[in-house]
Amino acid sequence: MSCWDTVRAYAFRSVHDFSDWWLIPASERLLPRSDFTLCQQVTLIGSGMIWNVYFGVLALAFGFFLAVGLAMARFSENALLRKPADWFVFLFRGSPLFIQFFLAYEALVLLPRAGFEILGVTVETGWLTRAWAGALIVLFFNTSAYAAEIFLGALRSIPKGDLEAAEAYGLTGWTKFRRITFPTMLRLAWPGYTNEAIFLFHATTLVFFSGFPAWRQMGDALYYANYFADKTFNPFVPYPIVALYFVALTLLVIAGFGAVNRRLNRHLPDAAGRVRARPQIVR
Amino acid sequence: MFPFCEDPSALEGARWMACYLTTGKHMAFYASFGTVLVLLAVTAPLALLFGLGGALATRSAVAPLRWLGQGYTAIVRGVPDVVFFLFFVIALDQGFEWLRHQALCPDWPMPVRQGNDFVVCAAAKLPSNSAPQWMHEAYGFATAVLTFAIVFGAFAANVLSGAMRAVPRAQVETAEAYGMTRRQATRRVLLPQMWTYALPGLSNLWMILVKATPLLFLLGVEDVVYWARELGAMKTSTFDYPHPDWRLWYFLALLAFYLLLTKVSEVVLGRVQRRFSRGQATAAGERLRRAVPAGAPA
Repeated sequence: MSCWDTVRAYAFRSVHDFSDWWLIPASERLLPRSDFTLCQQVTLIGSGMIWNVYFGVLALAFGFFLAVGLAMARFSENALLRKPADWFVFLFRGSPLFIQFFLAYEALVLLPRAGFEILGVTVETGWLTRAWAGALIVLFFNTSAYAAEIFLGALRSIPKGDLEAAEAYGLTGWTKFRRITFPTMLRLAWPGYTNEAIFLFHATTLVFFSGFPAWRQMGDALYYANYFADKTFNPFVPYPIVALYFVALTLLVIAGFGAVNRRLNRHLPDAAGRVRARPQIVR
Repeated sequence: MFPFCEDPSALEGARWMACYLTTGKHMAFYASFGTVLVLLAVTAPLALLFGLGGALATRSAVAPLRWLGQGYTAIVRGVPDVVFFLFFVIALDQGFEWLRHQALCPDWPMPVRQGNDFVVCAAAKLPSNSAPQWMHEAYGFATAVLTFAIVFGAFAANVLSGAMRAVPRAQVETAEAYGMTRRQATRRVLLPQMWTYALPGLSNLWMILVKATPLLFLLGVEDVVYWARELGAMKTSTFDYPHPDWRLWYFLALLAFYLLLTKVSEVVLGRVQRRFSRGQATAAGERLRRAVPAGAPA
């Protein structure tokens, strides 16, 4: 089997169950069992990256809005808004993601198999125990909590003068938020938020090592790397492959967030420096 | 544990619960919380040491040493820590066995890697096959500690090299003007001043280390997660204490444990930060200085 055949057979192996209802090409069902080639390892681990990107992108996209809401709630003077948001952030930032995955899985498994009857409509629950939904929900809440902390810090450090100037121009309420508060918050939070995005992508590798089982051996990059390391008893090939994939992904994230950062800072003469990963601030 | 626990099937209610929660396996579960704390206590200083070494290496005048330090600090930027955990725990084990193999069996005819097997001579096995169970467990724990220390050492090296850069350059230049060598300036001026800049980053790192401890489970150590899964799983009537699937409750207990641990850490680290800011020429130090005289005699 040439390398190109391997790529064709396995490039979408990690999502092969979804091939009949999405535009995903069918792939080989059985994983290679012996005589592993480098090409197989690179292809299958790359195939697993689909899940890492899926979890990371969707959790970030949904999490952004919840995080802004949470940060606003925590910044508000109304205790009815502030307290629940504080507790939410404490719960998800104060406990390990690994435990959150286990807990969520065990809780979701306890939902009735047959589904709920609501107003005569049966709501299915089985899909919630699958990683693509259950783990995504956990990651969504988790990243929202971390990002809310970053956004709250940014809200607190919006220059007083900016807000006073907005009021002097007659801006109030929603207009003031949309045109002054929100853009300034985003601009101040962006370097920290970039860092959070990088670590969220890293956190997606935990999904298939916690409670959520890899259904029909459809797992993420680390799942396949671990499969190869277990079979070949040689960690020196598969793990560096995952590492390289993640370095590439991290560079992409930095590039993408850097472009947004330049746009957010475009009105400032020299503040639009490059967004750098700040490894001394890790989540 | 209690005298009335002899016949579990006859127990009910609170007595059943009291006996259930004090079985031998539950005692092992409680002890595993100690394992987590021991891991934290051993790993934190070790990682700090690795980090200090890495940070000093990145500033070294010797180029290969500098590259080594830069490579070490760079590895954690782009790659998930779980990958390192899974990698090092096998790589370290094989590395140790390979070194012992080279030393103990120099005339072994076959290659160490044969297809999908890693074969070393019997004398090089770690721990040896005849070793008691606790030796195997201790060895597993030691590799886990070393793995944690290597990974978190790289994080710490990043924090510390950032802190070293944050020390005002004039301080080191002044030291050199007084005729101190590079090494003396580092030891007497740079290192003592670095800590106040490093503390916020190190506090953050401690929180991450705390939240990384359940990953011990992935490294094959019988930790809190292992026991929570083991004890919580459904027990049929062939067991002394049958019960349905209680894993949710066990994981809730773990959640509470970790929330408590992070909360306590937060409070303690806040105090330490305050203590370190006292008398420093930083904004936080200035605030403390101004806060004191209110009401205090001048």
